[in-house]
Amino acid sequence: MSVWLSGWRLVVGFIATALFVPVVGLVLTWVDRFVSARVQWRKGPPFYQSFADILKLLLKETVVPEGVSRTVFLFAPLLGVAGMSLVALILFYSNFNVVVLQQTSFLGDIIVLLYCFALVPLAFIVGASASRNPVAAVGASREMTLYLGYELPFVLALLVPIVKVAKQWNVASALRIGGLIAYQQEFGSFLYSVSGVIAGLIILFTIQAKLGFVPFDIPEAEQEIMSGVLVEYSGAPLAVFRITRAMMVLLLPLFLITVFWGGLRDFWAVLKFVLVFVLIVLMKNTNPRLTIHQALKFFWFILTPLGIIALILAFIGL
Amino acid sequence: MKDLRIWGLKKSPWVYHLAAASCNNCDIEILELLTPRYDVERFGAVLVGSPRHADALLVTGVINRKSLPRVLEVYQQTPKPCLVIAIGTCACNCHIFRNSYNAVGPYDKYIPVHAYIPGCPPKPEAMILGVVKALSKL
Repeated sequence: MSVWLSGWRLVVGFIATALFVPVVGLVLTWVDRFVSARVQWRKGPPFYQSFADILKLLLKETVVPEGVSRTVFLFAPLLGVAGMSLVALILFYSNFNVVVLQQTSFLGDIIVLLYCFALVPLAFIVGASASRNPVAAVGASREMTLYLGYELPFVLALLVPIVKVAKQWNVASALRIGGLIAYQQEFGSFLYSVSGVIAGLIILFTIQAKLGFVPFDIPEAEQEIMSGVLVEYSGAPLAVFRITRAMMVLLLPLFLITVFWGGLRDFWAVLKFVLVFVLIVLMKNTNPRLTIHQALKFFWFILTPLGIIALILAFIGL
Repeated sequence: MKDLRIWGLKKSPWVYHLAAASCNNCDIEILELLTPRYDVERFGAVLVGSPRHADALLVTGVINRKSLPRVLEVYQQTPKPCLVIAIGTCACNCHIFRNSYNAVGPYDKYIPVHAYIPGCPPKPEAMILGVVKALSKL
């Protein structure tokens, strides 16, 4: 722990988290909007669009609805940003630390990441429930259901690389992201095995749901429940929620590449990221929104059995 | 600081579509703005679902006794640098319903209107022009 957060690494990590991740994330949000526009034969917004949106929201009036708990309502957006910043710190530290890879960060950092990712839906649920709006309440309940849906296959799929490392290499590095990367550098990526492909596919679908992108944008459906969980948010808190989403757009594909596709240390990681990102955007543009029970069925009765199969294959050693 | 604020508003005007008892003709023309032919997203304009996110209210339809309190409520709930754009002749001056027992007058009697776009319905080009004029007055 003393090595983990000390000296210049702390400063670099802080700058990377505070500036690099939101800025790149906002640019990626623009790429997403631009590609969507091109898919629909439109011209699309200019490159500074996301920054203009954030700037405008930050300088606008913030309305706090009558009778809500001010503290909870305004604190909820920060929860999500805090979670995503921790994810960024742990992810970059595990990937780019120069000392022995297997001993970077701390034992069990992958479990901490799991909880940090859970902070974002938690922030949405808390904020929406605090806002005293019936439409936001519907959104919050959908967010909760969706979270229960995708977290089960997500954890099962994450267990696949952990089981592979623990069975074939050593148990001590199985629960560290650094250990997973070191294993992949030694024996090849998890994505090049049968169980790894299945688990990677499951993670791809759960990323779509975590980002709230189209087949799974049920909690924020603009047409039916008026952007659901965010309906009462305006001004700066809304900007913070949008920054959280932008950070996720960068961090979730990076997480997939780190855990399943050989880490971020080589140049190819950029191309891998572009590929995963394009897949996500195309999936967003070619699918209609599911209803909440369809999404739950998809995650529990299709992806979860697939995850169990992948886990069994990982135990066998495939 | 003020310049920055105005720049932000000009570059990303999110619009909320407030259909107050119109015949839906203007509403269909508003949706036309989002289609590939006109594509207002290239100016940063997005149709949002909640008045809390909106920077501009596009009001359509002749205002009447039932819709007046609702329109006023939505206007009060919108965070404040907020433009109001009256779309269609009904919204501008009540059109053929001027002498109706139920019409209580055009919008500018109750809320400040920043741009009037006459027409029955107005063309999408006219609406874009109206929004541009309202934004350049800021």
